[in-house]
Amino acid sequence: MIYFDNAATTALDTEVIERMYGVMKNTFGNPSSVHAYGVQARALIDECREKVASLLHVSPSEIFFTSCGTEAINMVIAGCCNDLNIHRIITSPLEHHAVMHACEHEVKLGRCKVELVKPDNKGNINIEELENIVKNGERALVCLMHANNEIGNLLSIAEVGEICRKYNAYFLCDTVQSIGKFDHDFKENNIHFAACSAHKFHGPKGIGFLYLNGDIKISPLLQGGGQERNMRPGTENIYGIAGLAKAMEVAYRNLEADVAYIKSLKAYMVKRLKEVISDVGFNGESEENGLHTILNVSFPETRKSDMLLYNLDIEGITASGGSACTSGSVTESHVLKAIVADLKRTAIRFSFSKFNTMDEVDKCIEVIKKVS
Amino acid sequence: MLASNTKKIYLDNASTTPIDSRVLEAMLPYLSDYFGNASSLHSFGTTVKESLDNFRSQLAGFINAQSDEIIFTSGGTEANNFALKGIAFANRSKGNHIIVSAIEHDCILNTCKWLETQGFYISYVPVDSDGLVDMEKLKRFINARTTLVSVMHANNEIGAIQPIEEIGRLCRERNVYFHTDACQSFGKIPVDVVSQNISLMSLNAHKIYGPKGVGCLYVKKGVNITPLLHGGGQEFGLRSTTENIAGIAGFAKAAELCMNEMGTEIGRITHLRNKLVEGLQNKFEDFYINGSMTHRLPNNLNFAVHGLEGETIRLLLLLDENGIAVSAGSACSNNDTSKSASHVLQAMGKDPFEARGAIRVSLGRFNTEDDIDHFLKTILQEINKLSSIFSKT
Repeated sequence: MIYFDNAATTALDTEVIERMYGVMKNTFGNPSSVHAYGVQARALIDECREKVASLLHVSPSEIFFTSCGTEAINMVIAGCCNDLNIHRIITSPLEHHAVMHACEHEVKLGRCKVELVKPDNKGNINIEELENIVKNGERALVCLMHANNEIGNLLSIAEVGEICRKYNAYFLCDTVQSIGKFDHDFKENNIHFAACSAHKFHGPKGIGFLYLNGDIKISPLLQGGGQERNMRPGTENIYGIAGLAKAMEVAYRNLEADVAYIKSLKAYMVKRLKEVISDVGFNGESEENGLHTILNVSFPETRKSDMLLYNLDIEGITASGGSACTSGSVTESHVLKAIVADLKRTAIRFSFSKFNTMDEVDKCIEVIKKVS
Repeated sequence: MLASNTKKIYLDNASTTPIDSRVLEAMLPYLSDYFGNASSLHSFGTTVKESLDNFRSQLAGFINAQSDEIIFTSGGTEANNFALKGIAFANRSKGNHIIVSAIEHDCILNTCKWLETQGFYISYVPVDSDGLVDMEKLKRFINARTTLVSVMHANNEIGAIQPIEEIGRLCRERNVYFHTDACQSFGKIPVDVVSQNISLMSLNAHKIYGPKGVGCLYVKKGVNITPLLHGGGQEFGLRSTTENIAGIAGFAKAAELCMNEMGTEIGRITHLRNKLVEGLQNKFEDFYINGSMTHRLPNNLNFAVHGLEGETIRLLLLLDENGIAVSAGSACSNNDTSKSASHVLQAMGKDPFEARGAIRVSLGRFNTEDDIDHFLKTILQEINKLSSIFSKT
């Protein structure tokens, strides 16, 4: 089995499993308890928070653990409308459903309106157009993802951050696909809110965090006990937090080498695809400039192209027609629709990790030759 | 720090429990081999989806629910928030009145406070001196604008088991949704959403020897509810996010073990608790118990010693130094220094002094007779120390 769907979720790193196993066996106190068991669990969370913060060059007080990236995003969007007097959200049609549907919910509640900045047919946001929208209207929340989960396009966060700084807008950057794969500097790029899901970089599912700039105060999404400095109640998922911190440590320990390696896998896949399929194309910027892990291939329409993804799976190659969450066929991808891709062609997203090999790419190419 | 040779006894199982090694074994495959995204259409995804469906139907079975009535969440707090806010907002056209008991967990009470800022009216049903809700008051509180009654199944501090079957019947007759927070009772005493007329029920895993970070909300078919987390549309569109499959596997296993062992555990734990009560009664003539002894979770004891209530915090620290973990109340409220007196005990008519002085001992699967003997010996020794300091001053 060859797993090329690392944008959907990733296999846990062995070091992460070992770390979690150790915590699950030996640490179980409720971090809010004042006795020794609680103190031990509390110390573990503090240590993890410090590690995460230092890897992102932020203060530990700016990291709030949540159950996932979706929760962090929902928290920010509701919080901005509730507490920061934001009634205008500027976003794009390429965002993850967490952003789109959380915004729709606020619109339904009558708390804000949404303005869309349109991407070009490569999936890039026009920075001038964005500036015009931000400039013309009341103070806004700009919600744009750093790395697109389907086509891998990278947003120029420095430029967007600068626009937000210039016009006093808040900037929520959905960094779910890029944390663990990119050396972030939220302060430099004027990012006020960022979201993370550990399972996108070889960490466990069910844990993530919100980065919340220390100068900003929003109210929590959930009410309850005083955990996470009154920002996220619920007994802390200590093994998840330990797994997340370990996954980040591993990811940033070898970041440059891993990026270079995965880039070489992708470049090799592109080269081989061009050799075996004359009319192959690539959606978005994924061929060269996008996030190193994502390659969105556009296969020409053939007698068998409709069944390509299915046949790959039968042959043991795991890829995806789009984001896992949308779960539908290729034609349902809101991202490909928005960039006006030729929907008669078959789009397949191959997304790589450090665990993949050149040999797997070769095998995949052989299968593609056979089934396309 | 504890000396390594100190015998360690954990008697705070109401706040959280260790993961049972059998649960850990059940989780491991989902941390290693079966890591797929349950929404993916390929075999990595479908394998996980199949397991997810199995775990869901297994859990549903334990509470007599249907599989598609179980919505996994990140825990009890999220489930409770989801239930209250989800019902409040989805049924606003019917009314904006919600009734809860005065002794609910902080996450219910604080959610209610928040709902009050959003235009909802909340009524708090009082409890009697045993900690049981006043049914007559509850009946009178329900009006045409009431959409939801939320009363916990068993209280986390005093273990009082509420008459949820009766409340459920009342809510059905009055056409009001009934939510119960069963985080403390699930796995310890039977729950049945059908016979108890429950519309929504919150459960979590870490109170039953499962992992932290996972729980669920039972939502009866046809109940009108708005999601809290918007996104990819997982969990029948009611809770978006990639499913925490390892956590869910652990939750299902933990629940299965509790169900299998409940019959013997109720007897064993009740015996340990009775031994504890007898021991304390024999040692301290001014010993008293908070809450009903007849409608009580088998594993809970909440007590104090007259005249020593002011020394409870010091006593807990001394016990902790001796390797014994017990609690003054709910762990969650430990974060909130302004509220050190238990709202539960105050609702039962205790004054703030008494409400600050209670000690909660909550027993669990891994406690033994030896633990009780050791606890009794230690608490006697430490209280004697305190009493002598006390009497000298």
